[in-house]
Amino acid sequence: MVQMDAVQERLFKEVADLHNIPEGAYNLRANGESIGRNTTANIDIQSKTDVSGIDIRIKAGTKNESVHIPVVLSQSGLKEDIYNDFFIEEDCDVLIVAGCGIDNCGAQDSEHDGIHRFYIGKNSRVCYVEKHYGSGDGSGKRILNPVTEVHMDEGSIMEMEMVQIKGVDSTKRTTIADLKADAKLVVHERLMTHGQQQAYSIYKVDLNGDGSSADVVSRSVARDDSYQKLDLCVVGSAACSGHTECDSIIMDNGRILAVPSLEANNIDAALVHEAAIGKIAGEQLIKLMTLGLTKRKPRNR
Amino acid sequence: MLELKNISFSAESDGRNVEIIRDISLTVEDDKFIVITGPNGGGKSTLAKLIAGIEKNTAGSFIFDGEDITDKNITERAKMGIGFAFQQPVRFKGMTVVDLLRIAAGKNLSVSEACEYLSEVGLCAKDYIDREINASLSGGELKRIEIATVLARNVKLALFDEPEAGIDLWSFNNLIRIFEKMRSECKGRSIVVISHQERILNIADEIIVIADGKIAKKGSREEILPEITGTESAVNICHKMA
Repeated sequence: MVQMDAVQERLFKEVADLHNIPEGAYNLRANGESIGRNTTANIDIQSKTDVSGIDIRIKAGTKNESVHIPVVLSQSGLKEDIYNDFFIEEDCDVLIVAGCGIDNCGAQDSEHDGIHRFYIGKNSRVCYVEKHYGSGDGSGKRILNPVTEVHMDEGSIMEMEMVQIKGVDSTKRTTIADLKADAKLVVHERLMTHGQQQAYSIYKVDLNGDGSSADVVSRSVARDDSYQKLDLCVVGSAACSGHTECDSIIMDNGRILAVPSLEANNIDAALVHEAAIGKIAGEQLIKLMTLGLTKRKPRNR
Repeated sequence: MLELKNISFSAESDGRNVEIIRDISLTVEDDKFIVITGPNGGGKSTLAKLIAGIEKNTAGSFIFDGEDITDKNITERAKMGIGFAFQQPVRFKGMTVVDLLRIAAGKNLSVSEACEYLSEVGLCAKDYIDREINASLSGGELKRIEIATVLARNVKLALFDEPEAGIDLWSFNNLIRIFEKMRSECKGRSIVVISHQERILNIADEIIVIADGKIAKKGSREEILPEITGTESAVNICHKMA
């Protein structure tokens, strides 16, 4: 039976909507140790022997199953690099929920750098949800530097929801993807920074196969004195279609540098980018206030 | 019950002080369906905004369920149970329909609960629930979602500013049904609708005609409707759409 304290329970709830032990396969990690693991007939989880991390193997044809691999850190001064590899064979349809919550009440920095690599087999569909969250009032920083690599075989689909809600002092999020023919990548990133936080979000998507497509959308809010740099790049090297969009709200003294970019290496690559930065419109605020939110609260959404 | 006591509102326009609402006093009783009508530019929308706290009256006071709310802001009035459906709803890029309904309901509505509100306003819920409230929605769709946000709030006093604007004939029938259902569902709830539409005037308990910032006429439907039929204050929907 998994044992966790109240802080850990709260962090698991924030990052993975976990109120209980999840169904299906899971690996729960707290303060550098695995505190619970379950595998199923189709989904195997093994610890790596050379570095810290796990290999998740999903058998061909696995449908409607899920894997939860949330991580929480509630000890101050913990630093870890974790390598998690996902091998998803052909014709799967699975949900993968990851995420990291750090509660740092101490004076030392806590850092979790998760390196996730996905190998998605032909015609498989993966929905990946990753949430990052920090809490605690210590002077130690909460640092998360996730790296996500996605390698997509023909006809595969990857939907990624990448969320950093609040409380992460420093983050550099790097996501790279390469797509073979007819593969499709959809990314929805939501980022909120406040206080003195800094966030760098970097995407590089290579559309290498004919018929491949990518839609990378980032929505962000920079409050107080925080800073964000959003660097979204789509490279089209085949008859493909790509779209990137950064839509950001700045408040107080927040600063945002949005750099959507496109590179076309094929005459049939159709690529579009959009970027907009501005403050929240007065009439949107008014509408939210008529729904009972205070003037400050809408900005947390 | 909402009481308006000697409400006035003026605003600067071209360097000049213009009086938009002049000394309006009226009472919205519980369980009543009141339609405010009158010529364009007469101050109807401004009056609704004053009630919701979006504009601040320059004189007079508002009493809601016995409490003076004159100095309460939009949020406080909303929390006390005043709901407002805008004439021209705003879009929220990046926010989904279900997100907005959850904010409106003030709780983590389940998807099926959220779908019920959308079905109420005639939207096929599964097509809309995860849609973003962005430019891809038509004016009519946006308007119906706006009405759904008021339904989700379970308010004591619901204000609708020209709810029929931008809505087609089919959903217009639906709208009437929604108002009737809202009334029957909750005891003590009152509804104030700003509209020129004869069909909406037809289900009113009371009609108030506002012109030139003042109450020009006020009374029961039976009294007022015959007087205003055929004027700008009571337009037949088919006639107006043609």
